[in-house]
Amino acid sequence: MGKVSLNSDMLKGHTVGLKIMSGTTVNVGKATELSNLSKCQEAQNAMAQTMTRKGPEPIRKRPRQLPFPLNLYQSAIGRKWVMAVSGVVLLGFVVTHMIGNLHLYEGPLEIHEYAETLRNLGTDIIPRTWLLWGVRLLLIAAFAIHIHSAYTLKEMGRKANTRSNYADGNKKYASSQDFVAANYASRTMRWTGPIILLYLFFHLADLTWGWFSKDWHLGDPYNNVVVSMGNIGVALIYIVANVALAIHIFHGTWSLFQSLGINSPKINKIRRHTAAGLAGLILVGNLSFPIAVQIGLIDQDNCEAPCGLNAVELEEGRE
Amino acid sequence: MEDTMTLTLKVWRQKGPMENGRFETYELEQISPDMSFLEMFDVLNENLINNGEEPVEIASDCREGICGTCGCMINGKAHGPEKATATCQLHMRKFKDGDTIIVEPWQATSFPVIKDLVVDRSPLDRIIESGGFITVPTGSAPDANLIPVPKDAADAAFDAAACIGCGACVAACPNSAAQLFTSAKVQHLNLLPQGQAERWSRTEEMVEKMEEYFGSCTNHGECHEACPKEIPLDFIAYTNRDYVKSKRKNRNLLGQD
Amino acid sequence: MIGEINSRSPEGPIEDKWSSHKFNMKLVNPANKRKFEVIVVGTGLAGASAAATLGELGYKVKAFTYHDSPRRAHSIAAQGGINGAKNYQNDGDSVYRLFYDTVKGGDYRSREANVHRLAEVSLNIIDQCVGQGVPFAREYGGLLDNRSFGGAQVSRTFYARGQTGQQLLLGAYSALMRQVGSGSVELHTRTEMLDLIVHDGAARGIVVRDLITGDVRSHTAHAVVLATGGYGNVYYLSTNAMMCNVTAGWRAHRRGAMFANPCYTQIHPTCIPASDEFQSKLTLMSESLRNDGRIWVPKDHDEGRSISEISEDQRYYYLEEKYPSFGNLVPRDVASRNAKTVVDAGLGVGPLKNGVYLDFADAIQRDGEDVIRERYGNLFQMYERITGEDPYKTPMRIYPATHYTMGGLWVDYELMSNLPGLFVVGEANFSDHGANRLGASALMQGLADGYFVLPYTIGNYLAPLLGESTLDENDPSCSNAVNEVAERTQKWLSINGTRSVDWFHRELGKLVWNFIGMERDKNGLEKALTEIPSLREEFEKDVRVLGSADNLNTSLEKVGRVADFFELAELKARDALERAESCGGHFRSESQTTDGEALRDDENFSHVAAWEWGGTSSSAIRHKEELEFEHVPLTQRSYK
Repeated sequence: MGKVSLNSDMLKGHTVGLKIMSGTTVNVGKATELSNLSKCQEAQNAMAQTMTRKGPEPIRKRPRQLPFPLNLYQSAIGRKWVMAVSGVVLLGFVVTHMIGNLHLYEGPLEIHEYAETLRNLGTDIIPRTWLLWGVRLLLIAAFAIHIHSAYTLKEMGRKANTRSNYADGNKKYASSQDFVAANYASRTMRWTGPIILLYLFFHLADLTWGWFSKDWHLGDPYNNVVVSMGNIGVALIYIVANVALAIHIFHGTWSLFQSLGINSPKINKIRRHTAAGLAGLILVGNLSFPIAVQIGLIDQDNCEAPCGLNAVELEEGRE
Repeated sequence: MEDTMTLTLKVWRQKGPMENGRFETYELEQISPDMSFLEMFDVLNENLINNGEEPVEIASDCREGICGTCGCMINGKAHGPEKATATCQLHMRKFKDGDTIIVEPWQATSFPVIKDLVVDRSPLDRIIESGGFITVPTGSAPDANLIPVPKDAADAAFDAAACIGCGACVAACPNSAAQLFTSAKVQHLNLLPQGQAERWSRTEEMVEKMEEYFGSCTNHGECHEACPKEIPLDFIAYTNRDYVKSKRKNRNLLGQD
Repeated sequence: MIGEINSRSPEGPIEDKWSSHKFNMKLVNPANKRKFEVIVVGTGLAGASAAATLGELGYKVKAFTYHDSPRRAHSIAAQGGINGAKNYQNDGDSVYRLFYDTVKGGDYRSREANVHRLAEVSLNIIDQCVGQGVPFAREYGGLLDNRSFGGAQVSRTFYARGQTGQQLLLGAYSALMRQVGSGSVELHTRTEMLDLIVHDGAARGIVVRDLITGDVRSHTAHAVVLATGGYGNVYYLSTNAMMCNVTAGWRAHRRGAMFANPCYTQIHPTCIPASDEFQSKLTLMSESLRNDGRIWVPKDHDEGRSISEISEDQRYYYLEEKYPSFGNLVPRDVASRNAKTVVDAGLGVGPLKNGVYLDFADAIQRDGEDVIRERYGNLFQMYERITGEDPYKTPMRIYPATHYTMGGLWVDYELMSNLPGLFVVGEANFSDHGANRLGASALMQGLADGYFVLPYTIGNYLAPLLGESTLDENDPSCSNAVNEVAERTQKWLSINGTRSVDWFHRELGKLVWNFIGMERDKNGLEKALTEIPSLREEFEKDVRVLGSADNLNTSLEKVGRVADFFELAELKARDALERAESCGGHFRSESQTTDGEALRDDENFSHVAAWEWGGTSSSAIRHKEELEFEHVPLTQRSYK
């Protein structure tokens, strides 16, 4: 197969291919390039059959429609919508979690009571911890779908981003593209995301499962926090991760209005501020814990009430 | 005459879609600041022809910033450094004597290079073809003043309709998404009373056709900055909303919306 | 072969001609429409609307454009508006008044029957466009707004900011794309028509070149529709787009179609003057600027002071002085010619002394800057972007530029040329504008032809052809035409001379502008008739086209277009020479009133000059189609 042109017999009627520069016409030539036939060439072949130029072939097949609401998730816009909704759920968790944790400042007993309250939620109707587990499952689901949609959307962008002037390689302008509107937060979503994911595992392993310390005690959050964040390295991990979280929330909050299509002049005016406010709130709240532990504001010696298991035992004894 | 400029141009040269391209460097002297960017290329091409070299292919037609034929990446910015300006309306007074200017074609999988700085943007036509119209066969339209259109809605529709289809939004987008282009057409028609009958099918068809060719929007906003007509990002939000609605609309009862 | 030139205008009262003709025309049964193939070349307002409508009707349509998308056609650049005799403003407009104004504005050189039909269907056009979602300007009550345009005494112009052409074209484009999507129109982009296939005296197909692969091939059909725009780029500098050309029409002319009134060209008064030799095109600014701007030049030839130092009595407001009642709002041709007069007298302004001032200082003082910004903000911005000068502070510089061509391929009442099966619509035909086109009428005519005239009249031609197949593409008339185009393409590449295509085009443009521009005279035209052919000879020997013919090669595309411009320029000069009268866009300095106004010679020139190709560009044969004015009495225009 030499020159790929349209003057084949597939076309009815007359075609006269003009070969002027002897031998220097566009020849595809090398086999390596042939195996990398670009979209354009496929399109040209397709054109030879239909006689009109169809242009580049699609990079993605339109899927067969699933029933509502699953079909939403088949499209990028639907996926962004799902990402925004799951983002709102997670955002709700982050805010509540941060506010709840403020009980640390009240002391070991209060934070313990708060933890117990969470476990006891809904006990009037259902067995203890069921509702808490329900919430946990919802969060896990939201997290999973948030990550899946992010990953697949990124893949879609990558497919659309093939550099068109080479057979392969990703879009990159030689004159380093000068971003005007895209800010640091928006461009780093795909980095802050994985950081938050890793941090989440660390955080669970550290404070929920107690993998890292023999001083960890089930049901004694105050003690566990003080033990963990008392280590300067761990405190730094918390600080870095929460900065990433705040950056992620900053773009995510602004972006979710767009993805959900919530748009009115009134809302648009406060969108940036809302995003900044929320991100700032989370940042200040969450960073305060490792810092407070490090400077000794949260500290076993500082406790007015007995700490850890003692406190629980005391409590039970009182009853 | 006024001061003229000496410039270094680094221009992408590529013989065809399947060829490897490279940057060529050209020195240009005596460029008047009153020249348009494309007239500077005319001068370059005239020089190249005189030297027996093939001229650079760079698309343009109306040179008034309305037809959308022109467009390339100039120093990393779609349509160059001037805001709200298509390549053909960019003038050399925006550059300084001694500048080096890097000129490249749009990049996106669905915009393959045809030659040099010219790319194939026909997927944009495929999107319009899939639903970017109001079905009103010739002769079947009612009197023009039968349906009043609130002025605000008409103005908003116009803001969307101002799109010139140049593809700068795709070129500037880190994901090569065509959401600003698509949303502009979807919302031009969705905002008008005439466009209501096909509103949900139009949104669905156009969005899904768009997603066959282009990446997904991640709300960076680069498209708006690159857009020579400054189409607002709001239309993207409206389209996102309409798309999700389109999936759950009971089309049998649309008239009662 | 060419017989009497007969417009085939229907008989009867003018108001009934079109409706009775529609009734009398033969119809194609809906089920039979798919048996007919129609080629539409060009996808501007006329082409896109025609292709879309024919597709809707059920014909098998192939549409061709040399652009990458139909939406790029130059109709998109029209700014002002579109006329429609809706009388929404209750100011006394009517179909008859629009008809009357158009005939009069065309300086009595158009066909009454056509113009009346145009005015009739103008009503439907507005409905159609609004139905398609064209966002015309609206009042607060939600109803359509109108403005008075180009000196009209009624407000009948519908507009969409300064982008009416864009919005109308996008409407027609969307209608076309709907048909492309549904499969009834086959769209060929980046494909240029380079010849017409004529078989047994009828147009049966076209030869096209694929601009990307370079392949040359034929397409045949039952009828061919040309919607290929005007030839303003014969001047090199014009407000037309870079690619606008006459090739499709000219090739049809060489195959036997008559070319009518090539000397009629409209020069638009408010364009931005050229800044240097490398100027590639001129930019038009809406005529509406003249509503508030005052046009003047300094009285002193060697005026070197800054503008603010030039006192009122040293300024020459030439339009206000010469035409006290119309002042700065005189018609386009009058404004243009007067600008030329003062610039030729050495009073021009700007670095190249090639413009006149359009001054908004008084208007800004009277109404405030905000009001002026509201009215013309986008135009001022455009001016500043191009010139780097702020028109709120210093006066704009303007100069006339070629804008629209009233001449074109001759067509009868049914828009069919003298070649059966060849239809011509939009600016490409010699049209309904006579010797001068009124503002906001070009868009109206393009859409009228495409939406509401051609789709009816083409049926009248096709109906008797039922059962006939299209021409076999192996027929010698096809293959010969294909070979000719291929050879011609190759010829350009083999010359390998010393000068670029653009250089020759620029030189040709200067000749045409100087001798067949705003003001023509016998000596100049005769000079043009010797200089154009000699430049053409040089062109054919010395043009340099590099690259190859099997991929995208803009120079190769251009060279063929410029070659056709050379031949057209010669015909244009001959037509201008033969028409020894002044009318509309054609001003012969020998024929003027004592006040310097265009003086018509109705006795000898009340006709359409239709030229038949005689084998070479200098041997064209002039035919006449006499014009009769039953409804609009012939009068001398006066704007004093």
